[in-house]
Amino acid sequence: MKGRTIFKGKARGEVLMTSEDISFYGGCDPETGVIVEKGHELEGKSVSGKVLAFPTGKGSTVGSYVLYALSKAGKAPLAIINESTDPVVAVGCIISEIPAVDKVDIKKLKTGQKVEVDAAEGVISIVS
Amino acid sequence: MGLELNTEEKAMLNGDYGIATKKAMEIITTLGTIYGAERLIPISSVQIAGVSYHNLGEAGLEYLDEMAEDGTTQVLTTLNPAGMDLEEWKKHGISEDFAENQQRVVDAFSKMGVVTTCTCTPYLIGNLPHYGEHIAWAESSAVCFANSVIGARTNREGGPSALAAALTGRTAEYGLHLEKNRNAQITYEIEANIEETDDFGLLGQVIGERTGNKIPYITGIEHASTEELKSFGASVATFGGVAIYHMEGITPNRTTIPEETEIVTKDELESARVKLDDEDADIDFISIGCPHASIKEIARVAEILKGKKIAAGKTVWITTARPTKDLARKMGYYDIIENAGAYLVSDACCAVAPLKGRFTGLMTDSAKACFYARGKNDFRTKIRTVEECLEEAIK
Repeated sequence: MKGRTIFKGKARGEVLMTSEDISFYGGCDPETGVIVEKGHELEGKSVSGKVLAFPTGKGSTVGSYVLYALSKAGKAPLAIINESTDPVVAVGCIISEIPAVDKVDIKKLKTGQKVEVDAAEGVISIVS
Repeated sequence: MGLELNTEEKAMLNGDYGIATKKAMEIITTLGTIYGAERLIPISSVQIAGVSYHNLGEAGLEYLDEMAEDGTTQVLTTLNPAGMDLEEWKKHGISEDFAENQQRVVDAFSKMGVVTTCTCTPYLIGNLPHYGEHIAWAESSAVCFANSVIGARTNREGGPSALAAALTGRTAEYGLHLEKNRNAQITYEIEANIEETDDFGLLGQVIGERTGNKIPYITGIEHASTEELKSFGASVATFGGVAIYHMEGITPNRTTIPEETEIVTKDELESARVKLDDEDADIDFISIGCPHASIKEIARVAEILKGKKIAAGKTVWITTARPTKDLARKMGYYDIIENAGAYLVSDACCAVAPLKGRFTGLMTDSAKACFYARGKNDFRTKIRTVEECLEEAIK
C-alpha cells in the first residue's frame, strides 16, 4: 500500500486497527498508552508498541503533547497510519518523531497483522 | 502543485538555523502539505496557547525546554493564561508544587523571547495586529476576535504550531489566510434584544451549535461593545469551532451576503440559558473575566463592589491581564475589589487554573466559562449578567 508521508521513519510491528477516530487528549492515558475514552472500540487496549491505524484524530490541540508524553515514556505507537491525518496528530507525530503515513485505505489492515512501514516513502507492506 | 519553499525556508528545514527552527519548520511544512498550501508567508504576530501546567503536564514542559535550547522568536509573541496569578498565587490557594511547575513553563517561553503576558486577550494589551495583517494565533476566542473584529488573518493554531510560527516567522498559506475562504456562507437574522456580555455569550452558543463549519453573517445587532464582541467570539468558537464571523454594520471584513437565512429568536436564547443553568447549582464561586476583563469591565465591577462585602462561603475571581491589573491598581479599582473580599486575579482564569474539587457551583457572565467549568472541573453552572453575578456574591 502507498500513502503520503506525514513524518518519516521506519517501523515493523503488529497492527492495531480501529474504524473510530481517536482523541489523544482525554481519550488516551499519557503514561500507559491505554485508550480510556468511554465506549471507544479500543477502550482498555494499549496503543503502545503497535502500528496504530485509525481514520483521523479529533479533539483538543493538547493531544499533540499526549503523543509526545507517550514517546518520552516509551509507550508511543511504533507508527501511525490514517485515512487522513488531522493537524493535532500530525504535530504530535512530528514532535515525537513517530513515523506516520496517511491517504491509506485502513480498512485493508487488520488488527494482529504484521506490517512494515517506510514512512519516508509512504509505503506499508504486509509481512504476515 | 506542491508546497514550494524559498532558499531561507529550505535552510531552516535543513537545520542551518538550529534544531528548534528545523523542528518548527517540519511542523509548518507538514501542515501546509496536509492543507494544500503552495507557499509559506511571513507573519507578524503570534499568540501561543497551552501554557497552564495543568494542561501541559511534564511532557509538554519537556518539549518546551527542548525547543528553548536554541529556539528564539522572530516576531512579537504573547502567551495565553497560565494556571495561576504569577505573583499573588499563594493567596488564591494554589499549591507550592503547582506554582513551581507553572513558573518553569513560563521560564521556558521567556527563554525563547516570548512576552509572557499570560492573557487570552492579547489585543487589549499591545499585541494588536491591523486589518489584513497575517498572524498565527492560538486561543480560539482571540482567533475569532482577530479575524472578525480586527480583520487580521489567522487560522486556529494549536500550541505547538503557534510556537513553530513564532520561531520561524512563517506560516503556511491556507484556510483563513486566503480571501476566498473568508466569505460568509449563511445569514442569521437576530430577532432578540441582545444587551449584555451574557446575552452575547448565549447568542454565540446558539449560532455556534447551529452553524457547523459555515461562516456566519449576522444581522439585527444594532450595537456591540468590544467587551460584548469578545464574549460572543469566545462562545461561538467554543460551541461551534467558528474562527471568523461577520456582523452587519459592526465588523470590517468584505463579504457577500448569503441568501440562505435562519432566524434566531428570543426563545432560542432563553433555551440556551436554560441549558447552561443547573437548577440545583449551589453557587460558591463567582468569576468574571472570560475572556480576560478589560479595564472598563474592572471599573464597573469596582463600582458595584464599592463598600460591599463578599458573603461568607463565596469566592470571587475577576480575571484579567497583568498590565490591566497594574492599571486597576493605579486607578484604585484593585483596592476596592480586594477590600470587598473578591480577588483581582491576573495571568490566569477559571478555565485553566487547577480548581477541580475546590468549588461546586460557578456563576459567571461567560458561556465559555460555563462550558469548561462543567467539562473540566465538574462544577454546576449559572449564567447571569455581571451585575447579577456580583449581587449573588454579596447576598
